[in-house]
Parts: sequence; C-alpha cells; structure tokens
Amino acid sequence: MKIHEYQGKELFRAAGVPVLQGQMVTSADEAAAAYKKLGGPVAVVKAQIHAGGRGKGHVIDNKDQRGVVLVRSADEARAAADGLLGNKLVTIQTGPEGQTVSKVFVEAGCDIARELYLGIVVDRAAAKPVLMVSTEGGVEIEKVAEETPERIHKEHFDPAVGLEAFQARKLCKKLDIEGPAAKHAIRFMTAMCRFFVDYDCSLAEINPLVITGNEEMIALDAKITFDENALFRHKELEELRDLSEEEESEIRAGKAGLSYVKLDGNIACLVNGAGLAMSTMDIIKYHGGEPANFLDVGGGANATQVTEAFRILLSDPSCKGVLVNIFGGIARCTTIADALITASKEVGFNVPLVVRLEGTEVEEGRKMLADSDVEIINAMDLTDAAEKIVAATK
Amino acid sequence: MSILVDKNTKVICQGITGSAGKFHALGCRDYGTQMVGGVTPGKGGQDVEGIPVFDTVEEAVDKTGADATMIFVPPPFAADAILEAVDAGVRVIAAITEGVPVLDMVRVYEKVKASDSVLIGPNCPGLITPGQCKIGIMPGYIHTPGKVGVMSRSGTLTYEAVWQTSSLKLGQSTCVGLGGDPIVGTNYIDLFKQFQEDDQTEAILMIGEIGGSAEEEAAAFVKENVTKPVAAFIAGRTAPPGKRMGHAGAIISGGKGTAEEKVAALEAAGIVVAPSPAKMGEAIAEAIRKA
Repeated sequence: MKIHEYQGKELFRAAGVPVLQGQMVTSADEAAAAYKKLGGPVAVVKAQIHAGGRGKGHVIDNKDQRGVVLVRSADEARAAADGLLGNKLVTIQTGPEGQTVSKVFVEAGCDIARELYLGIVVDRAAAKPVLMVSTEGGVEIEKVAEETPERIHKEHFDPAVGLEAFQARKLCKKLDIEGPAAKHAIRFMTAMCRFFVDYDCSLAEINPLVITGNEEMIALDAKITFDENALFRHKELEELRDLSEEEESEIRAGKAGLSYVKLDGNIACLVNGAGLAMSTMDIIKYHGGEPANFLDVGGGANATQVTEAFRILLSDPSCKGVLVNIFGGIARCTTIADALITASKEVGFNVPLVVRLEGTEVEEGRKMLADSDVEIINAMDLTDAAEKIVAATK
Repeated sequence: MSILVDKNTKVICQGITGSAGKFHALGCRDYGTQMVGGVTPGKGGQDVEGIPVFDTVEEAVDKTGADATMIFVPPPFAADAILEAVDAGVRVIAAITEGVPVLDMVRVYEKVKASDSVLIGPNCPGLITPGQCKIGIMPGYIHTPGKVGVMSRSGTLTYEAVWQTSSLKLGQSTCVGLGGDPIVGTNYIDLFKQFQEDDQTEAILMIGEIGGSAEEEAAAFVKENVTKPVAAFIAGRTAPPGKRMGHAGAIISGGKGTAEEKVAALEAAGIVVAPSPAKMGEAIAEAIRKA
C-alpha cells in the first residue's frame, strides 16, 4: 500500500525524522493561504500523486506546468496549485495517460547545502533490510545504481536491533559528513531504520535528503510503501489509503479477494494461481495476442468470487474475448464451471470464450459446461487454448 | 531415493483443526503420507478423524516421533508456528500459509539457517515424493514416481509442469514448491545440491518467475556444480514493470528481475529454457536427450 508524500511526512514527524512545515490543500485559494501561513519568502507547491518523478513531470496539455513548483508569493502559490489541481500529471512512472492531481502539498522552503539520497528496502538475497545512501541525491537513483554503483553505500541491519551506531558512522564517513552534521545524520538514519521496522514498510525512500546551511538533515521527500501482509497490525494506516489513486477494477477485485492487474491488451484471462496466471499472459503473447489483464482467482475460490471475476473482466470495454485456464488443485473445476454458467446467465458473454479445464473434478466440470447452453470453445491444453482465443479475437 | 521426504517420513500438521488444515491433512493421509498428529494450542487431547491433536509441537514430536510438519496457521501466527517447529527440532517444515509479513520472515530466516531444520515456503504448495509422501495442497493424482526433480516458486504452474512430465512418462523424483514470497526458507541452490546428489533424480526442472535474482544465482551455481541435465521456464515475460503479479515476490522494480535477464542467464549456463509454459515437459525431455 502506497501513501502520499504529505502523509508520509506526518508519520516522519511523529517518529522524530526531521521534515519542514507544510500543509496539504485541495484548492488554489487554500494554497495561497497556506503560503501566507508558512511566512515565505519561498515555498514549494508539490502535486500529491502515488508516483515518483514529479519534479521532472508535467501536466498533460501544459509542458510548462511542472509537478513541483518553487513559489515566492501567495499569488504564485495560487497559480501553481491552479495549474495542477484537477489536471493530469505525466511522469516517468505514470505512463503517458498521467494521473489526476486532486491534492497539493505547500511546503516551506529551506536553505539547501547538499542533496543526498536515502532508501530502505528488504534485500531478498540477504533476507534482511538494507539502508542505502548516496551522494547523488535529487536524480534518478536507478540511473546511479546502473552507471556508478560505487556511489551507493549499503548497510544491512537486524530489524530487532535497528541500525547500529557504528554503521551510521561508516555511512557518514562515506558521504563525507562531519561535525555537527554527522551528529544529526546519525540520529536521522537511526530513526529512519526504526520507522521502517515499526511500520512494516517494504520501501521507504527520501530523494532528495538534504543537509541545510545549519548542518541539519531534513527529509524533503517521503516515498513509502507498506507491506500489505502486515497491515493487520497497523489498523491506523488503513485511513491513509487513497482509493482514488488506484484502478477501480483493481479495488473491486481486491474486495472480492481476487488478485487482478489491468493491462493494455484485449484478451481477458481468468486463471487459478499467480504463476499460471502470468504464464497464461505469456502464452497469449507468444501466440500473437495481447492480454487484457492478470487475474488470479486463488486457490480456494468459490462461485461468488469467480462470478464477480467474470463481471470485472466483461466490464472492460477493450475485452474482445475471454480465456479461462484452470488447473484444479484446491480449486475444483466444478466450481469454475458453476460460476461460468451463472455469469453467463447474469451478464452474458457477448465475446468468444475459450475454456481449458484440467485437474480436480475435471470430468464433472466439462460435463456441466457441455450440458449447459453457454457457448464455449473447448481447449485441450495450454497451446490449444492460446491459439484458439487468439484466432477468435483476430 | 528422493530428497527431503519419503515413505518413512512422519508428518504432523500445525493448524489441523482449521478448515484448510483439516482438509489437507486428511488429503495427505489419503495419499499415503504417514500423518501422525496435529497441533492446535488449547485443543490437545482431541482428534481429527483419528489423527491425535497436541497442544505444542514439542509434545507432538515427543509422542509421535514426527520429523516433518506442514503449517496452515493464519498469517499473524505463522512466524511463531515456524519457530516452534524449529525449536522442537523438526527436520522438514513446510509453511503453506500465504500472507506472512516480510519482516517476520527476516526474523524466522535467520533462526532457521542457524538450525538443522529445512524450511520450505511460506506461501507455497508444499512438497511431494510421488507414491511415498505428500506434504501440502497439490493434487496427488497428477504425479507419477520417476526421474525429474521439480522446483518452483509457483503452485499451479508446478502442477502444469508435473502434468506435462507425467504425460511424457518421465515422472518425478521429488517436487518442491519454494513459495512466492520475497523471503523463503529454501532456494533453488539448496535444492540443486540435493537433486545433484540424489540417485533417483536424473534431470532437474526449475520453474522461476520475474522479480528478485534467485534464478540468476541458480544459473551461476548450475554452471559450476550441476552435471545433470537441467531445464527451466520463467513466468512473467509479458508482465509490466512496477506491477505486482499476485506473488509478493513477482515484481519488476528498478528495471531488475525481468524475464529477459533471467532467460539469458539460464541459457548462458547451458540450461534448456522452455519458450512457452506448454513446453516445460518437452524442454526437460530435450535436456535429457542432449546430455
């Protein structure tokens, strides 16, 4: 689960990670008022969307309107907010269609002496969280990782203990941070590692992380993703979820306990199991088609869930055909057949439907479909299924 | 022979009184697995269709001599259940539970590595030595005893691969579902070592997916250490970056973990890579022919 920068900064403040004063607003007038309240002389107006690259991004029909704007008066703050709110912002992470801005964050300016990078993730290979820092702040860190990996410094830490003081000192040395600044930096890094563990983050990234003229370390950004699996112990975070930032069909699928990702193609697929679902997308493409989605109905799917899955798939206007690929293990072929017949009655299939069933209760499932009046193209195996659905949607 | 489990393995089920635990414990017993007990705190002394229930894993091991466990307890308690099994000295621990927080697994992983236990999963279908011992949720009937060692990060895709190798009359020595999470107890390399030394295993099929670098590391290991024929498939060639494909581990982030990179690494190690998921059986057959 992702949250907005302004929400992340509120959590930072509570956790003792230094941030600047700021206010989230939803109108241009409020932005002007927020500027006055902060007291100037400079402030920054920042679009709040769940995607990075906002500073270099721009509004869809207005290349001069950036996602992050430095302002020097209440009028400039008003104009910047006006240019962003209600418009679509395109960044390297949003795709060409952009993402609508419905909130902006007006933040005080500060005197920046150095721009750095800080990120924390779980390193899968080491099976431990890792703190990464770099002198190359304010730029795309992926580029730094690829071109000059020696400029990214890492320290793995034990979540139960947090970052050890010596580890923070080592990183300061590598970042060339000394004196009072080092003292602030050690406190900052330790607090961030603690924050990462306390909130069960899967990503916490600050870019840029700055050192001010007063040698203080401040988080100028906050990009945070929480581990969905750990949300049960952080009920308070549920309130921070912004559903308007998520694909509507994906929210609907989530409510039904389905794992769904919308894609750009026109062949919808319904599969049990994540690996098989990915492979079904792959084999559609291999035979010259384009998958419209990833959909895993899961192991214990019941008829209600599968029927809802069909509704979601068929409500996608780009859907030109449906491929059902089930290898029954826990999920039984009869459940799928039952749901398919119900969905056909309820919503109707006005597009070609290819079905491949295998596994638990396959004979009974096939018979149920054959005895029903649902129009089905039967497939015997994966290749057969892919070829048939691609041919049917050409 | 086979790896990890065989007809002598005695298995308990943690979470046996829950609906999934009960269903699959009985399914495993029907398959022929020696299901000797179950554990649910507070329900010791009961039984599940003749399978005795104990309050703690320690007690279950003491009374039954179990050396393997399969875990179905809900995600908030899964880490604790794994640690309890490690503490009781259970040799093979299969954690089926899906949705375990990743930081819980950081804690568990370290304890497991410092012990003599082997952890399979979490978020996995379990493991099976066909005809001898099934520990997990896979449909038993698709398996046949044979010569291919199968390992995978995905559940149903493993069934697909098993089905294909059964149809080609190759059969399987042991099949292991590693699990779809970012941190799992056992990786490909651990199993390559065991399959390489196992007499029954004549060829090894590895089913990977996008995300992380486990497949690349396995490819490097195979190149240096594995003399048996190896074939592989990577799921997610068409997955877009930044989108999580069901499994918490299956995500391309920062341009890393793409299928292309993985396929290139596998091919460079002399592994036959199936171009489509329908060709996994054929790929392992080809690897055997070429050897």
